[in-house]
Parts: sequence; C-alpha cells; structure tokens
Amino acid sequence: MTAVAEGFPGVSKTSAVERRPSVTSRSDRFRLFFQPIAVVVIVAAVVIWALSSELNANERETLNLPTIMTLLGQHILITIVVSLLVVAIAVPLGIALTRPALKWLAPVFLAIANIGQAAPALGVIVLFFLWSGIEGLWAVAIPLVFYTLLPVLRNTMVGIQQVDRSLIDAGRGIGMSAGGVLMRVELPLAVPLILAGLRTALVLAVGTATLAFFVNGGGLGELIDTGYKLQLNSVMYVGAVLAIGLALLVDWLGGMAERWLAPKGAEQ
Amino acid sequence: MTTSPTTDVTASDSPGVSGAEIRLDRVTKRYPNTAAPAVEEFTMTIPAGKVVVFVGPSGCGKTTTMRMINRMVEPTSGTITIGGRDALHIDPDQLRRTIGYAIQQAGLFPHYTVAQNISVVPGLLKWDKKRIAARVEEMMDLVGLDPGTFANRLPRQLSGGQQQRVGVARALAADPPVLLMDEPFGAVDPITRGNLQDELMRLQSELGKTIVFVTHDFDEAVKLGDKIAVLGDRSTIQQYDTPDAILANPANDTVAGFVGAGASLKQLTLMRVRDVEYSTDEVMVVTEDEHPATVADRLTKAGRTYALVVDDRHRPLRWVHVRELAGRSSLLQVGKPVGDAISTQSTLQDALEAILTEGGRAVVTGSRGEVVGTIDITTVTDVIAGVREEHGVGEAG
Repeated sequence: MTAVAEGFPGVSKTSAVERRPSVTSRSDRFRLFFQPIAVVVIVAAVVIWALSSELNANERETLNLPTIMTLLGQHILITIVVSLLVVAIAVPLGIALTRPALKWLAPVFLAIANIGQAAPALGVIVLFFLWSGIEGLWAVAIPLVFYTLLPVLRNTMVGIQQVDRSLIDAGRGIGMSAGGVLMRVELPLAVPLILAGLRTALVLAVGTATLAFFVNGGGLGELIDTGYKLQLNSVMYVGAVLAIGLALLVDWLGGMAERWLAPKGAEQ
Repeated sequence: MTTSPTTDVTASDSPGVSGAEIRLDRVTKRYPNTAAPAVEEFTMTIPAGKVVVFVGPSGCGKTTTMRMINRMVEPTSGTITIGGRDALHIDPDQLRRTIGYAIQQAGLFPHYTVAQNISVVPGLLKWDKKRIAARVEEMMDLVGLDPGTFANRLPRQLSGGQQQRVGVARALAADPPVLLMDEPFGAVDPITRGNLQDELMRLQSELGKTIVFVTHDFDEAVKLGDKIAVLGDRSTIQQYDTPDAILANPANDTVAGFVGAGASLKQLTLMRVRDVEYSTDEVMVVTEDEHPATVADRLTKAGRTYALVVDDRHRPLRWVHVRELAGRSSLLQVGKPVGDAISTQSTLQDALEAILTEGGRAVVTGSRGEVVGTIDITTVTDVIAGVREEHGVGEAG
C-alpha cells in the first residue's frame, strides 16, 4: 500500500495510504448488516439499563435522556463540522497539489498534515485553546480538522496520481480540456480512495471529539469525565458505550458511502 | 501487370474520401535541456483519404511527430496545416475534437459505459442527445459490436479486441476527417490484431479518412499503409513511399534493416491472384463423365501428362496422370484430390503456399468455386522480378 504513495517525497513510509479492502467478501457483507444492528442493540440496552436502574441524585443530574441527547448532539455536530471542513479543505487542496504548476508544494503540505496527525490530539486542542482563547465548538473543531486532514489530503493526491496516465492522455487527445479531464476522469476515479480517506478521518474525528469537554465543547467525553470525577460508574459506562457505538456507526456509514458512492468501474 | 491500389495518391476528389490533407513543414520539437532535437525539420505531405504509417525503432520520434499533428506535443518550430487550416493557430482542445485519436490499450474510461465512452466527443461538440444516441449505435455497428449487447457494458467487461474496437469507434464518433492511431493494436494477441487490421481496412475503404498510424511492426505497416514512412533518429525520413516500392527497393541500409529478411515474401502479401497473369490454358480440364481412354488420347495428342477433373459445376476435384488412365472405365475414382485451391481474391502469398503444397501448380477458382485457371511458381517469380524492375532495383544497386 505504501507503493502507491511513492510519487510524494513528503509521505513517510509509515503513513500508508488508507485503503480498506473493498467490501466484496461474504464476511464483509455480513458485517455491513450486522454492525449497525449490533451497535444499536447494545447501545440501547446499556442506556435503558442505566436509565431504569436506581439512580442517586448525582446520577440523575446527568443520566437523563435530555442531557444524554444534548451531549450526543454536540458530539455529532463536532464530527459533522470537522468532516465538512476536512472535505472542503483537503479535497481542493489535494487536487491543487497534483496540478503540474503546484506539484512542488506537495511535500510542504504533506509534511504539515503529517505533523498534524503525528501530534497528540489532546495536545493540539489544548495548545489551540491557549493560543486563541476561544472555547466551545470551534475550539475543538479547528484543531481536529488539523488533526484529521492528512488521510483525506493524502488519499485525494494519491487517488488522482494513480489514475492511469494513458486515460488522461486519451481524454486530452480527444479534445477534453484539462479541467474536463479532472472533473470527468481523474476525480471520479479517485473517489474510492478519497472516500476511504474520509472514512478514516471520520473515525478519527468521532473518537477525538470525546476530548471536546476539555475546552468546553461538550460531547460524550463529558459523561465519561463526570463519571470518572464523581466515581459514578453507570455514567462512565453510558458515556463510553455511546462514544464507541457512535464511532462504529460512523465507520459503518463510511463503509456504505465507499460502497455506494464510488462510480462503477472506478475501483482498480 | 500489377494494379496496386496504392499507386495513385492524389485521390482527394475521388468518391468516398472524407479525409483532409495534412502538411507538415519543417516541424521541429526540441525539449529543454537536451542537445539534439526529438524531431528535426520534419517535412511531409499526407494525402487526403490515405493511410500513412510511421514506422521506425523505439525512440525514433515517430509518436512525437504524430502527436504534434493534434498538438498533444507542441512543436518548437515549423508549420502544420490540416485541410488547409493552420493547426497551430486553433485552440488545441477545439482542434483535437476534429481529429480522431486512438491509442494503445484503447484508453477507455473505466467508469464510463461503452456508449458513454463513444459519446464523449459528440458531447463536447454539443450534439443533441438524440443525434448522439443514433451516432453511438451507428458507430457500434460500424466496428462490429452489437449495440443491444454492449452499449451498457463497462470496458472491463470487454475483451482486449472489443475494447480496441470501442477505442476506434470513439475516435470516429464525431466523424473527424483525420484519425491518429498510436500503436492501437499493439497490446492484443496476433490473431485479434489481424482481425482488427482487416476491420480497419474495411472501415477505411468505406470512410476514406486520412489516417496517420504509428507502429514499430513493419508487417503491420505493409498491410495497412497506402504509404509508409520509415523514420530514423530524430524522426528523419529514411524513405516515404508505397509499401510496394519500399519492399522492392529499400532506400538505404536502415530501411533495409527494418524491412528485414523476406522482403519478397512480404511483397507477395500485397498482391492478389486477380492482379497477375495466371494461366488459363496450361492445364487440360475434363469432366467426370468423359471416358478415360478419350482423355488419355487427348492428353497424348496435346503432349501433356496431367488433366484436371472437375464436377458438373466446373469445381475442381482431382488431378489425374495419363498413366493412371490405362485400363479404367470411368474417371470417378481416379487421381489425386485437389488440396488447396486458391481464389482470385487470395494473396500471392497464399498462392505460393498452395503451389508448394500442391507440388508445383495450384488451381485458381472464381467467385463460385469454378476453375478459372492455374498458377505456378514461375508466375510468382516473374511478378517479383517485374516489381523489382519497376522500382529500379538494378540501377540503385
């Protein structure tokens, strides 16, 4: 998998392209149905158990449906904002960096994105908070964008780079403009890799969004934190199970997108 | 004696020609930071409606030269005109929509269906949907792919040969006067390649495009080309002539090396039996119902030893020797069956093969399989001698 990235000197050997195996085998198909059902059942069971057990006053403070839904909503919002920003930044940037005129800049941006991913997410969030002074949604979304940019950026670049040169030659040769070839040939054929990168970014984002409570960003991390500080195990359980369930669900959604959004015939 | 269809190259006004003349004048391509230019002062006129094949060793610049015609490679200097229009002063994208382009391995878009691939250029030219759909169907018929079966398939669901056909259909979709083909059949097996070449020749006889075809396979060049340009280093023209002339009289050692051994044998693939004087009276033809004694008598009188027995529709059956006739009452069981009969459509190469297997003389049949004459080895050698003389082999040494 590292071999496809060799066009970019800035890509270190360890940062392999995120390309999940295509969903074709029987076990994968089974997972496609089983994963969301299992997640929903387990999460629902834990939440119902927690809410219906005898709770003390402290627990009731956090373990009630409106609070849980609010925190879940914040968590999902952070994930969505981060993903949209990542796509909005990384895909155009990735395209730009594969154009002949800007190719020389690719190592610079890949190095920056590499640093973003290599640095611990919590460190990036806290540093950004200390530097900017803002808190809440954006205080966590912006550092997380930096943190999750790399998979999408790198996969966009490699996805476009790995398109057979003869197809581009054929496209230009029959009279398509450079932009036409990009939009109608290069990008569609890069979609499977871009989606694979986005799936990785989504999973990273939904996982690291549990750190949002550090900068007043809310999210399911708050349940875990509260449960830990006040030694309320049930609250911790609910927070942890919800965070894990959400991550698995997002991963599943990413898998579905890879499967259904990629143009037919594009997988190589 | 030989009526080669390739001798007349000024046929732009003849019926069935939709091609345009291409003129390259002192076209040079020089890449930065290289001492020698890739293509140097290339001057050539490619006649309208003809197939011109660029042939030469790898790296000689033949592809670069071809790609300058549609400006996939931008010439450093020189002029190129296509049908009188200055190609270097047209927007390259617009120019390329009027020039068909077919490349090795077809270059089909894997995420487009066959129909979508073929409709790319008409789409770029803003044809309306109905016209495009009709054109796609027409093109698929033209290249021998059933639209009902193949229109909605993806390229990976086709064989290499079928992909190549789609590639040709895509190149021809907008009915361009000029077609550039860069080793289009290089990646398919020899049998499929032969079929595709035959198809291309058939297409060309219908369409009369101006085709520039690049290959490193000299046999392919001989088969397809109305004219062949043998190119050397920096795309210098070693010889630019009909296949006939190049085979008969290579201009220099480079060309001779490229023609390779067996030039005369290749020459034979260019000529058909109908073009040569096969004999019509060398062999006595008898029907099965004649009496052996009569036949033997006639053979002796004519001073011959063999007769050809034919059926009631004059189709060849057996060779019979005068000695075999003695004491027979009927011709029905006598003689050696005729093996390979060749038709007037056969190439001289096929004729030679038949002559060799038949032991010196082969039967020539007409369109309904009837005997029209025979051909022997001296006919073939005479033809070769004649061609070599015609192209002045003696003088050039």
